[in-house]
Amino acid sequence: MKITGLLMMPAGWFIVLAALVLLRATLARNIFVTAGLGVEILGLVLFTRAHLMAKGGNE
Amino acid sequence: MTPQSPLAMPEVSQALCIFFILLLPLALAGLALINTGLSRLRSAAHSMMSTLCVVAVAAVAYFVVGFAWQGYPGLASHTLNIFGKEWNWLGAGRFFLRGVPLDGSRVSLAVLLQLFSVGLAALIPLGAAAERWRLRACCLSTALLAGITYPLFAHWVWGGGWLASLGANFGLGLGFLDAGGSSTVQAVGGLTALSMVWLLGPRRGKYNLEGMPAALPGHNTVYVLFGCVLSLVGWMGLNCAGSILFAGAPPGRIVQVAVNTLLSASGAVLAAAAITRYRFGKPDASLSANGWVCGLVASSAGCAFVPPAAALLIGLVAGALVTYTVAWMEARLGLDDPAGAISVHALGGIWGILAVGLFPRAALVATGAATPAVAPSGQMLAQVVGVATLVGFVLPLTYSLNWLIDRIFPQRIPPEEERHGADLYELGAGAYPEFQTHTDEFSQW
Repeated sequence: MKITGLLMMPAGWFIVLAALVLLRATLARNIFVTAGLGVEILGLVLFTRAHLMAKGGNE
Repeated sequence: MTPQSPLAMPEVSQALCIFFILLLPLALAGLALINTGLSRLRSAAHSMMSTLCVVAVAAVAYFVVGFAWQGYPGLASHTLNIFGKEWNWLGAGRFFLRGVPLDGSRVSLAVLLQLFSVGLAALIPLGAAAERWRLRACCLSTALLAGITYPLFAHWVWGGGWLASLGANFGLGLGFLDAGGSSTVQAVGGLTALSMVWLLGPRRGKYNLEGMPAALPGHNTVYVLFGCVLSLVGWMGLNCAGSILFAGAPPGRIVQVAVNTLLSASGAVLAAAAITRYRFGKPDASLSANGWVCGLVASSAGCAFVPPAAALLIGLVAGALVTYTVAWMEARLGLDDPAGAISVHALGGIWGILAVGLFPRAALVATGAATPAVAPSGQMLAQVVGVATLVGFVLPLTYSLNWLIDRIFPQRIPPEEERHGADLYELGAGAYPEFQTHTDEFSQW
């Protein structure tokens, strides 16, 4: 779960970059950039949960 | 923005810039005092010693490779051409500052400013990882921060890189804006702090077996509050010099930058004091200090662009933000961050970046770019792309680099040695040998 979370963060960033390069329409670009940021935040949440679970396991 | 030659600079701006840059060590001193005051007595000397070593390592690493990779607008850089757009992604300077004239030009002043500000960024993780980070490991980690992570991101923002060019390439307002380093210095340092807290884990005795956090108060609140005052002076220098060098601010606009910096910090400390007074019955000195610094951090990005009322608003939000997130991170996310560095620098920095996007018209007027050809609507998107880059690139990079260091040289002080404190384990003597006694809060272990 930790690695998945860590990989999702750059994946979201690539979505943001792709939106900038490939999309011209403002609305579509805004939506895809927001989606990319959402993927990053999801990765961050996964990573944090994995960290919490590992901490609980240690205790 | 006005095109700038790498070398030419009016003498008034040059003199002002040198003056402001030389204020910057006070920000380092302020942050060092805050970090030390918020750590416990048994690790006070270690905290100050780490500060000296980290600032020194950061300066050397930045001198050796950092500036070569960061560069400055107008200097050589590596670019990629993707779908007809130029992506400037890395400086192409020479190592050891070869070829950089240290003569008072814009480039040389940028080098001087960066030598201090990279040290400031490197101090941020020290506060979060206090009392359990080995001296050798924090020096290694700093070398990677100052040699790789910081220059790479700073090139994109301050070196004419692709984030700064979002306006020209994709019509996103004026491109990513950050005059004083909310992103390059503060958020990069704050995300490194988050990585370190994840990697090192909490201090011994911080959480009980049920996962509830215990209060481990810092040993000197006076250090913390005096550090805040010193930080204000240093931040004035950082924001004013950054505005001249990276936002093209004329000398006359420095007054606005200084007013904005002070108002933001003031709003933040008042918000933090009022909220803690409401929540706990009395204002909390430690959280108010965190609020003050968070106000300074959030002020940096927009200090040259936003009107004073907006700076005050930015500060008020920053103060409220830090008050709630410090406790939330500690209790809900299991992050033991003695100095509140993640909330103050990472979240405060990100808020500062986004706040610039809330006042796009002000940025256009301030930079003299308020023409019908430049649409303010894309400014927020440019700022969001900057935040996405911090979370999607800088955080995984800094975590991976520090994870690698941890595999080779374990970064954490052995838990059994934490009982005696980092001072004794790493330095062989305490900070206050005449009167050092402490209760053992580890009895539950």
